[in-house]
Amino acid sequence: MDRFEIQQLAQKIRIHATRMISAAKSSHLGSNFSMTEIIAVLYGAVMNVSPESVESPDRDRFVLSKGHAAAGYYAVLAECGFFPVEWLDSFYTDGAKLAGHATRGIPGIEVSSGALGHGLPIAAGMALAAKRDDKSYKIYALLSDGECDEGSTWEAVMFAAQHKLDNLIAVIDYNKIQALGYTDDIISLEPFAAKLKAFNWACCEADGHNINELLETFGRIPFEKDKPSCVIAHTVKGKGVSFMEDQLLWHYHSPQGDEFENAMKELRTPT
Amino acid sequence: MRTAFVKALTEAASKDIRIMLLVGDLGFGVVTDFAKRFPKQFLNVGVAEQNMAGVAAGLALSGHVVFTYSIANFPIIRCLEQIRNDICYHEANVISVSVGSGFCYGALGMTHHGTEDIAMMRSLPGMNVVSPGDPVEAKAATEYLAQGIGPAFLRLGRAGEPVVHEQDINWQFGKAIKVRQGRDVAVIATGSMLKRAVDAAAILHQKGLETTVLSMHTIKPLDTEAVLEVIDTTPMVFTLEEHSIFGGLGGAVAEIVAEHGTGQSRFKRIGLPSVFTKHVGDQDYLLKQYRLTAETIAEDILCTYFNK
Repeated sequence: MDRFEIQQLAQKIRIHATRMISAAKSSHLGSNFSMTEIIAVLYGAVMNVSPESVESPDRDRFVLSKGHAAAGYYAVLAECGFFPVEWLDSFYTDGAKLAGHATRGIPGIEVSSGALGHGLPIAAGMALAAKRDDKSYKIYALLSDGECDEGSTWEAVMFAAQHKLDNLIAVIDYNKIQALGYTDDIISLEPFAAKLKAFNWACCEADGHNINELLETFGRIPFEKDKPSCVIAHTVKGKGVSFMEDQLLWHYHSPQGDEFENAMKELRTPT
Repeated sequence: MRTAFVKALTEAASKDIRIMLLVGDLGFGVVTDFAKRFPKQFLNVGVAEQNMAGVAAGLALSGHVVFTYSIANFPIIRCLEQIRNDICYHEANVISVSVGSGFCYGALGMTHHGTEDIAMMRSLPGMNVVSPGDPVEAKAATEYLAQGIGPAFLRLGRAGEPVVHEQDINWQFGKAIKVRQGRDVAVIATGSMLKRAVDAAAILHQKGLETTVLSMHTIKPLDTEAVLEVIDTTPMVFTLEEHSIFGGLGGAVAEIVAEHGTGQSRFKRIGLPSVFTKHVGDQDYLLKQYRLTAETIAEDILCTYFNK
């Protein structure tokens, strides 16, 4: 996909996610919006995986460690043809195929997630397997900033550096809001990039909503030979709908009535 | 059991490159040979059991059969959620191996007592629980699990336990082994308690009671048929384990017995009470405090039998 198509994909993801979360009266719309461009770029242009190669041993792997942002993840998979777009309609409802957290068994999903701090260790295991088996595929793990509170995340950070897993890419959706407030007021991650560098990762920061910048950043992977790569993507929780941006409320709130209509109006307006 | 396990795993790894052994910075002198012979199939992940379980899941989802190895509670309870979500839910070929179960590390204290692990592992969907009774069973169990049958908990004792099975055995996953046949009492034993059950049966024989001893090396899936057979044919049935009587082998058998009904038979669990021990001492010393020696087991069985 070119830049324009990725942009359109991102817009579709936001519209699907808003519809799904509104209809299901579920949560985490803000967490979906902050990662939208990241997954649009990964699936649209970066990763070597498609509905045709979903069983191929050489495909790139994606692990959504922040499993609560499942709506957007399902949306990108559906838009890329991994399963019918109609499946999105019944998200989170009784008898549906798609649960509130990303679930293995749905075409294109490698790993079930939902409990935080699990994704990076699994992704590191996959990266180690690729190294041991002399395979050249890459593993992309998308983490929330909140789950960097988890010790298991840092266990995996140290492990990946120790074993020079330069086929592993951790993308951190750094929207700076976690479940009860600002990350800086709860457990500050700063100096974040310096920490990761001190842990022997090659780390780059990028505007997580700027498609060109993301494309350029992912184009340089691995940032350094023999080091795992981390992209700290600076994002805005609720990005794309003016009244949701940088608001903790939209970690939980499901848009209804006027909120839904106004959100859809903004999302449909070409940017 | 530890030695038999490592030997069997080494043999299996030499024939199957999918097999990997991850250790949580434990196994001094035990895993050295394996690490040297199969550097591509070995990794010390460090003191990080949650990561070890997650990495194992990632390797397994990429086609490997992975053994994670540490002692007592560390590879089991420390990373319980990783085992539940990352390994069991994904039906990953990961075998979580715990050495030093029960009171093996007795004098090291409460942190090193693996006395609730069967209960926790048994409750996880998709988890298989294997608890060999001697080195012969440990070897057979390792060979079986190394094929990659899905998530498993392999609960091992220490090194140097006595061999119970002097003759060749037909070890089958999920099938109890009848070690001794008797008409009066049945003892269903698992893990290190198998030897004590056999010894207790010999004492009971001298006192005039004939005992059936079943080695229940697979606790999940449990051999329901074998349990029902002893319930239906023996006046008194005991379970015997170096584990809390809550939720372990005793709990598993009790569930079957409660639904089936005991008929003319009576049933009793022998094991550890649900307490953190206040005693300090080695495995034998601690087992003595809880009346888990062959002599005290025989005494308690006699007492229960004649007060029935």
